[in-house]
Amino acid sequence: MNKARTNPFNKTAMHGALIIYTLIALFPVFVILINSFKTRKAIFREPLAMPDSESFSMIGYQTVMKQGDFFLYFQNSMIVTVASLFFVLLFGAMAAFALAEYRFRGNLWMGLYLALGIMIPIRIGTVAILEMMVATGLVNTLWALILVYTAQGLPLAVFILSEFMRQVSEDLKNAGRVDGLSEYTIFFRLVLPLVRPAMATVAVFNMIPIWNDLWFPLILAPAEETKTLTLGSQVFIGQFVTDWNAVLSALSMAILPVLVLYVIFSRQLIRGITSGAVK
Amino acid sequence: MQTRRIRWHIGVFLAPAVIVYTAVMIFPLFNTLRLALYSKVEQERIFVGLENFRTLFFDPIWAEQFWNALGNNFWFFIIHMLVQNPIGIALAAILSHPRLRFAALYRSAIFIPTILSFVIVGFAWKLILSPIWGIAPGMLDAVGLKFLFAPWLGKEEYALTTLALISVWQFVGIPMMLIYAALLSIPEEILEAGEIDGITGASAFWKIKLPLILPSIGIISILTFVGNFNAFDLIYAAQGALAGPDFSTDILGTFMYRTFFGFQLQLGDPHMGSAIAGAMFAIILVGVCIYLFGIQTRMRRYQL
Repeated sequence: MNKARTNPFNKTAMHGALIIYTLIALFPVFVILINSFKTRKAIFREPLAMPDSESFSMIGYQTVMKQGDFFLYFQNSMIVTVASLFFVLLFGAMAAFALAEYRFRGNLWMGLYLALGIMIPIRIGTVAILEMMVATGLVNTLWALILVYTAQGLPLAVFILSEFMRQVSEDLKNAGRVDGLSEYTIFFRLVLPLVRPAMATVAVFNMIPIWNDLWFPLILAPAEETKTLTLGSQVFIGQFVTDWNAVLSALSMAILPVLVLYVIFSRQLIRGITSGAVK
Repeated sequence: MQTRRIRWHIGVFLAPAVIVYTAVMIFPLFNTLRLALYSKVEQERIFVGLENFRTLFFDPIWAEQFWNALGNNFWFFIIHMLVQNPIGIALAAILSHPRLRFAALYRSAIFIPTILSFVIVGFAWKLILSPIWGIAPGMLDAVGLKFLFAPWLGKEEYALTTLALISVWQFVGIPMMLIYAALLSIPEEILEAGEIDGITGASAFWKIKLPLILPSIGIISILTFVGNFNAFDLIYAAQGALAGPDFSTDILGTFMYRTFFGFQLQLGDPHMGSAIAGAMFAIILVGVCIYLFGIQTRMRRYQL
């Protein structure tokens, strides 16, 4: 690199801008987290101070534990997210393989048909989805959510995965065929392991919107036993709106799992976005 | 294939995805559009043609709400385009600078709000901006600007803009990442060729990099458009289904929810809800078509 593009003044200004924006991005999260560990008095007297021995209190968390069933909500969110991701990846990879591997009549149309859902949000069809779930008795079950999120995730999954599957070596698959492997074995044993990085990208892309969704849990599964963490915290906070300790603790408990997931998967996520998977 | 035998495995591979996608996404989408043409009269579903849409667009009570929500939605979108995308591009331009220290750290930190749910974001900002808690007025006071403070989420004239800015805060990470990726893919030789011609620093950004990342900016714009016109969660989490104060933050998503599901004294009406969904579908379709046929095909693409 030559000098023309690096001078010290510019560097300071760049770091300054980034630090300011990073503070703006993290400040609200930070304020919520520190205040969730304080007594009610300290929350109002010195909202920006760190909790110390005098102002430290877990009263908010105790209320949350006693009043809300956060473990159940967490478990529901977990089941819905994991199951939806499993189906998106399995069904998406199978369809992507069919589109990428075989030439058949209607291949192009099938691809376009499946890609339609990338741009059109599934929420538009909510009225009919609810009617269908009521008719099939799936309302207030986690299956309703899993089905909806699977359908929602498939278009982009098929699109991204078929791009990657086209790059899998033809020779490898043909060698498998010569050895007498069935098409299914070729898919599951040879191709799937090779597109694992792309599968991880698809999983990470889908994970956050599914975990955070409020719309479908609110409409399809608002019952106490099927509340997801997002809906559960929304309802809990709505009821305890004047109990600031409880509200702050509930918010912190909702932030925590996502932050943990992010720390685990952030490299995958960022690599996925920057490798041009969504171009 | 010379032999015309049926290759069953293609069907087996395609079937699960096609069935789930068709049954849960495409079919309900069209069914919703169909339901918009019906109405319920005395417990019976009758075909009324475009009557629901006429009510929605012209009936005084409905039309006022609909145009209000639509106008608010456009304002919501405009703020995103004017604030979120330029900030995202600026951050990406700085981050993509070669040999910038801690770039990965900044990138990960700035992306954190994007992974939080609307419920968390909505309430966290509601608390911070609340005059009762006093974090926002306290901080403005510290820099001598206390007179600027107002209960932003509670005032009709500011509430929508405030919510749009909160949403910008949350999602700035997405344009940042996509533009960052686009900037990284610009080959070094092009920038060096520019340097030889004396184009460096800021003018290199405006004259070389910006034209090259225009396609990515186009994609971001359409993603923003679709996302904004189907937004709901943040407004619902922060202001409730009534999108207060006095419907000043009502957008199409909250309007559809209220209409279809009912709220307080208002009874839910799936058919009017479907009509609103139909209008949303039309708006999104028009936006996507403008992008696909009007912008994307005319944009000059440079072979890198």
